[in-house]
Amino acid sequence: MGVGLNPFVIMIAAALTSNMILSNFLGMCSFIAVSRDLKTANGLGLAVTFVLTFTSVLNHFVYYYVLVPLGLEYLRFIVFIVVIAAFVQLLEMVIDRFSPALYISLGIFLPLITVNCAILGGVLFMIIRDYSAMQGLLFGFGSGAGWWLAIIALAAIRGRLREKDIPPQLNGTGITLIIIGIMAMAFIGFSGMVPVR
Amino acid sequence: MSCLRSLEYWVKKMADKKGFVENLWKNNPVLVQILGICSVLAVTNDLINTSIMAIGLVFVTGLSSLTVSFLRNRTPRNVRMIIQVLIIASYVVMVDTFLKAYLPDVSRALGPYVGLIITNCIIMGRAEAYAQSHGPMDSFIDGVSSGIGYGLVILMIAFVRELLGFGSIYGVRLLPETSTTWTIMIMPPSAFFVMALIIWIARTPFNKKPGKR
Repeated sequence: MGVGLNPFVIMIAAALTSNMILSNFLGMCSFIAVSRDLKTANGLGLAVTFVLTFTSVLNHFVYYYVLVPLGLEYLRFIVFIVVIAAFVQLLEMVIDRFSPALYISLGIFLPLITVNCAILGGVLFMIIRDYSAMQGLLFGFGSGAGWWLAIIALAAIRGRLREKDIPPQLNGTGITLIIIGIMAMAFIGFSGMVPVR
Repeated sequence: MSCLRSLEYWVKKMADKKGFVENLWKNNPVLVQILGICSVLAVTNDLINTSIMAIGLVFVTGLSSLTVSFLRNRTPRNVRMIIQVLIIASYVVMVDTFLKAYLPDVSRALGPYVGLIITNCIIMGRAEAYAQSHGPMDSFIDGVSSGIGYGLVILMIAFVRELLGFGSIYGVRLLPETSTTWTIMIMPPSAFFVMALIIWIARTPFNKKPGKR
């Protein structure tokens, strides 16, 4: 599917036209839970982008150089989730060791990321579309960046809504879902900008 | 006959544990606890795919709660998360393999979303919040009812989206040919809108405490 496509086109497509959250619904849980505050949203977005970029490449190698030669493709879900969990754990330790400041701002989000659908979803999309390692790297980065962009935008809008008079039953998740829906409609405007989905 | 009687027994047992009914509506994981609204929304523009997804989800939630509960006294506390994830992933592999073998078209249409059942917060949430501290049978019932509650919500969304988007239910055309189908209902944004409306409706009669922003 993705064979021969320019990796940069894939990156732009992943970030804008087929945005992780707004058109693929990946990473919804934390997207709604953590978007109350702009600063936290920013931290989670950064962490997701970072982890997604690296686990895409990592899982690409694991899949094509370990699982495929051994004929164990059916185990890929288990292997991918273990790779992601291990990478996040490692990252947590490295950040803790070398940059306490970064650990404080990023560290609390790292455990959340293992079960963030966006990470596993990105990896699975990469495998299903037969991306090369380079394409996978930029796809991972683009997807993460698109997710980051979306959560910052949502957090900013929710900040504005705080003083508004919203029906009590719709308050919280309801209104957030409507905002996400409108954002998704806005992002449809990007489709046709790049020739892939 | 004995089959019927055992079914009756089960229904009664489930009704006794009022948790079963509560998980379906009053304590519905999606509407009230706002858990696991991820990924599965992506397949809600088609009732057939949604139903298969819901069945797979009930299977995984029920059995993984059961397994987590069986192993709860043998798992060290600090590695329990990863063990739960592995248990869930194993059941998802079963569902995926089954779909690939018997329903290849559906498997292709669902794409990566079957695998994403693993990261669905509902399953982890029930394993962590309930199965970790209750007996196997109770956990199984809790898992199944959470799964069904979740399935009902995505079926409601799929019902609205397929009816308005394609004018059909389970692929059978219901609306007259002259009626206009709503293209927006096939596209991603409508899933968010329909979901928001369902949450709105669900919260109205109970006058639930308004959510935090």
